[in-house]
Amino acid sequence: MSDEALIVLDKVNKWFGPLHVLDNVSLSVAKGEVVVVIGPSGSGKSTLCRSINRLEPINDGTITFDGQPLPAEGRPLARLRSEVGMVFQSFNLFAHKTILQNVMLGPTKVRKEKPAVVRDRAMSLLDRVGIGNQAEKYPAQLSGGQQQRVAIARALAMQPKAMLFDEPTSALDPEMVGEVLEVMTSLAKEGMTMVVVTHEMGFARHAANRVVFMADGQLVESAPPAEFFANPKSDRAKDFLSKILTH
Amino acid sequence: MDVFSDALNRDVYLTGFLWILKLTLAGGVGALVLGVLLAAMRVSPVPVLRGFGTAWVNTFRNTPLTLIIFFCYFGLFSTLGLSLSDDINLNNFWLGAIGLAVYTAAFVCEAIRSGINTVPAGQAEAARAIGMTFRQTLTIVILPQAGRAVIAPLGSILIALCKNSTIVGTIGLMESSNAMKELINANGDAVIPIFLVFAGTFALFLIPTGYAFGWLANRLAVKR
Repeated sequence: MSDEALIVLDKVNKWFGPLHVLDNVSLSVAKGEVVVVIGPSGSGKSTLCRSINRLEPINDGTITFDGQPLPAEGRPLARLRSEVGMVFQSFNLFAHKTILQNVMLGPTKVRKEKPAVVRDRAMSLLDRVGIGNQAEKYPAQLSGGQQQRVAIARALAMQPKAMLFDEPTSALDPEMVGEVLEVMTSLAKEGMTMVVVTHEMGFARHAANRVVFMADGQLVESAPPAEFFANPKSDRAKDFLSKILTH
Repeated sequence: MDVFSDALNRDVYLTGFLWILKLTLAGGVGALVLGVLLAAMRVSPVPVLRGFGTAWVNTFRNTPLTLIIFFCYFGLFSTLGLSLSDDINLNNFWLGAIGLAVYTAAFVCEAIRSGINTVPAGQAEAARAIGMTFRQTLTIVILPQAGRAVIAPLGSILIALCKNSTIVGTIGLMESSNAMKELINANGDAVIPIFLVFAGTFALFLIPTGYAFGWLANRLAVKR
């Protein structure tokens, strides 16, 4: 982790109609840093994550990625998105393409790399997430945990500068959560810059450099995990932790 | 069946259906290409294109095909002088094919658009998230899945197109309905057999077409 900021949100505001989903949010993520965003549902954490690659446009404030402000819709934005990997709650693998095609599509179509080169990289990524032997199958033939690992491989195939995870384990059966978190933990160890929205407190404790707590669209607290879980400062964080950690 | 033992009559019959086949093919290819383009326009972020697509669908879907074919002949050809071939039959054929294509494209567009609605929003988001442009997202991710979802309705549209192509007879092309009229005029004692043969020929080709599209729809369905 370096001191150089890769993702900077400055006084970001967003409204869905009358609902203030992002309320003056400022956050800076350093290169190699792993930031876990937690908070009750409806607190704006997914919106925050999706605003970083402009899947959700913001109404006010600025977001900078690698020194550049987010461009408006169009080719420059597409180029920026290709440098930011994204993993969704519902996997969103391309249903009409095989696993291998899913992973190769970005590099070959967006970056125009040679299929032969991409194929090797895609296969080694699939091996890495443990799906190498399923490369010719279609997404619907895989379990949720396997699909999510493919989705991570698909994002990594673009050799992104940062990875965004929007509740990557929330749609999974409990016994499949571990296999996905394992891949994410190894990524974190290798120094990938990550913003992870999750309810997995175990992952937040052992893999995060920093935990960010959101409530009602506001960024309430930001602290290293050990400090946050031991001594939450705000009442809302205390209340949230008491609800999830007592069971 | 004396009527069809006459070689000249058989020729009238075969030529008639050959025109139908050609009209269906030309009109079908034109309608598919135009329809997909119109559907792409209707979901595009550009208001002018969306407006154009909507206007096209509203205009041609709500105008009787007979009027459109008449306009192609009397408007495009007679008045505006658009001649597509020196051969009068070929000229009428192409004018008819244009009319069929612009009319049917409106229905193809709406079928594809309903197919686009069956593709989960997450598919487009994932495509955008890896850096695809709008055009790539549409052509690589959305349309292939949308197309597979609407193969069965596209089959119905093709069947309707095939039968609709008899309307090109109104501008003088000797397609099947004109051929039938000619044979009936010359053989007043065999009206019902002639009618049954023509109707039966359509059924013979179109019933299997319907089943073939149903089979294809199942085979190509995207598993989710």
